[in-house]
Amino acid sequence: MATASDPYGHRRPASPGAGTDTAVPGSSGGPPPPEQADALLQFLHNLKAAPRRMFRSAFRSGAPTTDRTRSTFVFGNVFLHLHSVRTHRWSLRWSTTLGLGIMTASAFLITLVTGVMLMFYYKPYPEAAYQSIKDIHFVVPTGRFMRNIHRWAGNVMVVAVILHMARAFYTAAYRPPREYNWLVGLALLVVTLGLSFTGYLLPWDQLAYWAITIGANIAQSPREVTDALGITAWFDPGGFQRLLLLGSDEVGPEALIRFYLLHVMILPLVMAALMAVHFWRIRKDGGLARPKDADQRLPRSEREQTYPVFTEAPAKTYQLAAIVRGRTPAVGDGPENTVPSMPHLFYAELGVMMLTLLVCVALALVSDAPLKEIANPGVPENPAKAPWYFLGLQEIVSFSAFMGGIAIPAIVILGLALIPYLDRETDGTGEWFGGPGGRPLAAMSAAVGLGAAVLIEAFAIRFGWLREWFPAIPQLVVTLVNPGTLITAVYAGYSIWCIRRYQSGRAGALALFTCFLMGFVVLTIIGTHFRGPNWDFYWSPAHWPGH
Amino acid sequence: MTVPSRPGRSRLDPEPISRRDWLGLSSLWAMGGALLFGFIGMIRLPKAAVLSSPSRKFRVDLPDTLATGQPYVPPGRAVAVYRDAAGVHAISLICTHLGCIVRPTAAGFECPCHGSHFAADGSVTRGPAPAALPWFKVSVSDSFVTVDEGTTVPTGTMEG
Repeated sequence: MATASDPYGHRRPASPGAGTDTAVPGSSGGPPPPEQADALLQFLHNLKAAPRRMFRSAFRSGAPTTDRTRSTFVFGNVFLHLHSVRTHRWSLRWSTTLGLGIMTASAFLITLVTGVMLMFYYKPYPEAAYQSIKDIHFVVPTGRFMRNIHRWAGNVMVVAVILHMARAFYTAAYRPPREYNWLVGLALLVVTLGLSFTGYLLPWDQLAYWAITIGANIAQSPREVTDALGITAWFDPGGFQRLLLLGSDEVGPEALIRFYLLHVMILPLVMAALMAVHFWRIRKDGGLARPKDADQRLPRSEREQTYPVFTEAPAKTYQLAAIVRGRTPAVGDGPENTVPSMPHLFYAELGVMMLTLLVCVALALVSDAPLKEIANPGVPENPAKAPWYFLGLQEIVSFSAFMGGIAIPAIVILGLALIPYLDRETDGTGEWFGGPGGRPLAAMSAAVGLGAAVLIEAFAIRFGWLREWFPAIPQLVVTLVNPGTLITAVYAGYSIWCIRRYQSGRAGALALFTCFLMGFVVLTIIGTHFRGPNWDFYWSPAHWPGH
Repeated sequence: MTVPSRPGRSRLDPEPISRRDWLGLSSLWAMGGALLFGFIGMIRLPKAAVLSSPSRKFRVDLPDTLATGQPYVPPGRAVAVYRDAAGVHAISLICTHLGCIVRPTAAGFECPCHGSHFAADGSVTRGPAPAALPWFKVSVSDSFVTVDEGTTVPTGTMEG
């Protein structure tokens, strides 16, 4: 029956070799021992059978050709068993995930491999670092290509992780039981940005040096508040953070080795541990979020493709489910409309992985990773621009270091972390723009988020800000009231208005998240395209004055 | 009538916490405490106790041709030294916002990174810088000037 209904044309194995004994896992295989065979013959026979037995001892379940062996293929493998054995058809639709999570993970794997390659030549000491990157670029075989792929995979990872978060948010996938995984995802976002930042500094060129300087001073920026209050002498968290980051009171070899350590050891380890938790939790939380009526909403053609689940007597019973708490995958829920993860899910994942690799390699072929002049502590780059994903941050840092670099990011992360605990509704889980308000609210919020950011920025660019009007104004006022905090306040106020207007926490979250995305986009575009030397406004980089 | 002062415990009425459990729990807490103690000692490592930075006090030979109001920037240092009728003073060129090196201009100083402007005495006139550029302690001898980047003096202090 399994053979007949298998839509993939796999037949029960009849081929010789490793697949022969799949139906009897763990059996010794080979011809029956002859009765009068002496030990030497037996030895030769064992020797001949050794490669096959070695292979089979590693892959005990045999070829994944039946439902049972497909299951054991997954849960008998330490890496694959982070997946569940069967996957719901809803999870496999393109529109459910757009493959963004796997794209992020794939980009991480690509940076891991290419990063290890770069470590063969990279030397984390100021002058030597720059020369070794130059060597990698111009002398080392495939060095430039590896560095380009590494750099592009890092960029792809940042884009994919932001889009992945947006997907999880807009499909309301953060709701119970997935709140904790939302938090883990948020931590992964922060670690991703940390990896990007620390990696950016390693070439020890002008951009790297001034980015470390600015980053370290952002870490020191709580002094902006402690100085204004006059308590820095007793309480100086800013100075402590800077010292911890740089290992010295200036940017030098100590700082470089610390960023190197963070980039190649500490952050990747944290990343890998968090990724393991993130993936494992997906399975534990019952797979990807899907609407309650997902089974009915699947197109008829897809539903009919799903052949009966139990084509053989189950090797494990569902008795265990009786002692498991509610909301776990198997409780009160038949495995209908699911397909074996091997091959359906894994082939989809491999497809996304190859696509990511293709994108990174293609970008690496058309665009080289930049390398400016060697670091010069006496002359800052003008403009000194961070990589594009930090330019939104740099834009609000240009109003107040502490607010833009520490307080607003902390508020944003706290706000994002609280979303699943404040939105306890169940309406619309697993649907794009699900919940009260839905698509129109998302569109309106996008307009509000875009409008507020553009208007406040335009005002500040055209008319200046408090310091230009009242030169004697206390610093605390500038720290508290500046375009960055104003945009944040407008977003928060609008979201609270949405909670009242729609009588729904989800509507407020939808408004806030959409505004946050729009603010990120607007500030990033302004920082990237419209800011020139001295961080002045220019309509185009073509208008920048020559040096 | 005698009332038993301490009713005997039984399997159905056990002690609030058995001795075995108490020992187990306290050893777990002891382990946690020991690890925490060790950890606190360990994280002192990355906070450097001795900093490998160069001396913050250095000698400057001002050129004889240095005009009033014209800055002299010693090579490799982020300090502008001025000499005029009232004496010599030194102003830091490190932006108080995020540490970029400011550029002396006719009106004062400009920061290339985020557009802060400073007046000739170092006070902020525009942009995100939270504080004025500090003035450093200067000592003048017959032939040379010593600047101490480690000691700030009030704005307007002239020497020599």
